[in-house]
Amino acid sequence: MTIREWKERLESESCYDLISELFERIEKSKLNAFITLNKDEALRKAEEFDKGKVEGKLAGIPVAIKDNISTKGLRTTCASKMLANYVPPFDAHVVERLKQEGAIIIGKTNMDEFAMGTTTETSYFGVVRNPYDLDRVAGGSSGGSGACLHSESVLALGSDTGGSIRCPASFCGVFGLKPTYGLVSRYGLIPYANSLEQIGPMANCVEDLALLLEVIAGKDERDSTNAGVEFRFEPKVRRFRIGIIKEMSASDDVMKVFEEVVEVIKEKHEVVEVSLSSLKYALPAYYIIAMSEASSNLARYDGVRYGYALEKLDTWTRYFSRVRAEGFGEEVKRRIMLGTYALSAGYYGKYYLKALRVRTLVKNDFQRAFKDCDLLISPTMPTPAFKIGEIQDPLTMYKMDVNTVPINLAGIPALSMPMGFVKGLPVGLQIMGNYFEENKILSFALELEGSL
Amino acid sequence: MITEDEVIHVANLAKIELKPEEVKKFKEEFAKILEYFSILDEVGEDVEPTYHILPIKNVFREDVPKEPLPRELVLMNARHVEEGYFKGPKIMED
Repeated sequence: MTIREWKERLESESCYDLISELFERIEKSKLNAFITLNKDEALRKAEEFDKGKVEGKLAGIPVAIKDNISTKGLRTTCASKMLANYVPPFDAHVVERLKQEGAIIIGKTNMDEFAMGTTTETSYFGVVRNPYDLDRVAGGSSGGSGACLHSESVLALGSDTGGSIRCPASFCGVFGLKPTYGLVSRYGLIPYANSLEQIGPMANCVEDLALLLEVIAGKDERDSTNAGVEFRFEPKVRRFRIGIIKEMSASDDVMKVFEEVVEVIKEKHEVVEVSLSSLKYALPAYYIIAMSEASSNLARYDGVRYGYALEKLDTWTRYFSRVRAEGFGEEVKRRIMLGTYALSAGYYGKYYLKALRVRTLVKNDFQRAFKDCDLLISPTMPTPAFKIGEIQDPLTMYKMDVNTVPINLAGIPALSMPMGFVKGLPVGLQIMGNYFEENKILSFALELEGSL
Repeated sequence: MITEDEVIHVANLAKIELKPEEVKKFKEEFAKILEYFSILDEVGEDVEPTYHILPIKNVFREDVPKEPLPRELVLMNARHVEEGYFKGPKIMED
């Protein structure tokens, strides 16, 4: 459902009834998109809206929030046993902004544990199912935020460290945007890999995506990497020069859909092929940086100040090691340990420093491409949504992120929008722009949305 | 090739207790993943590393005290609390 459709229904029905209906649907749903519902508070807010007491850009609009974004007084678990009972004492910047604009926060969405995954199969609270086929994954890590947009929310927030917004957007047939690094404050986002991740909007149309970005973007001094840049959507379409990235490919059936979309784009725009040779190093470099930052970030989970704790305190080493053995899932342990290894004496130069050198190469390659092209495109994911349990090998799973991680290494913005179907399953188109060129990306996506 | 001893060493550094069967499983997986990472050996040392993508400079603000979080909010997520303080594990072995 889009904001426009929601508002049309609000003309004849009360917000209270619409929100109640939404919760009925969520409670009966098989998708498992939510970990915690904010039912009482949401219904109270809807009542206030009906009395004309709520104002703002998102007044009366339901929004679902990924469960790694802090919500004051509302359980925030990161889909981990480690934080299964954690209640944040403060709101994330983006949550403050949503509340200021009158949005109705309906609940916290399921995800991969600490956002580490491509399918939500690493969630402590069970896998999210794909709305188009319940036996398939919804994508990850923001899988709940992608799946809930089918019929359980109007807007959703996700976070994207290596594709975690764009992957579920592709698999669930919705729109998702990873903003330029620094556009949206990370204050209150429970960190996994600080230098890569951004909070971003997910929605059912480009217009809604842009509106949600307007609300969450902007200055916040509590995040030292915040760029202090505001965002206003001003659609401006002209004849763009669009580059197809040679190194970003997909399975034959996805490429067939992609090539059909390219034909549609060619009717109004110039399309060229570009090559970014450094991309062959992007996937390993991404994983090394993400795992290294994770090993440092997740050191805070010691079972003392918050999070999973043992009944009895023990000696320091034994207590911490046992808390972390019992509180973290397998993928989280894998990444913490590989990150620790990559940063450890003797390997720093071989792995971590090398990965940072690759980041320079990738950044330079994108800058070169944007000298020649306005925007770049590729398939978002190499395949449509696969079966739950189909991929067991960690490395095979990591390789699914091959088209999405280079964007996070470079810090540029990228959007995924539905471009068609493969055997009844949605597949996404990835549109990339230069730093802070969200307007160009969204303008192009808006036009394309009308043509597809 | 990573050894079981190295996996145990890394787990100790990361403060994660592992069962023997976990050590075996992680060793096999890490070997495959690290082998894949070694493609980065092709990248030369002449490229400067990028730590942050945007030009970031230190931000200063006036050092004005603000109202801190109330103590009960700070402590509400801790399991071991005594007299208004967090209680941690012993830092010395017995």
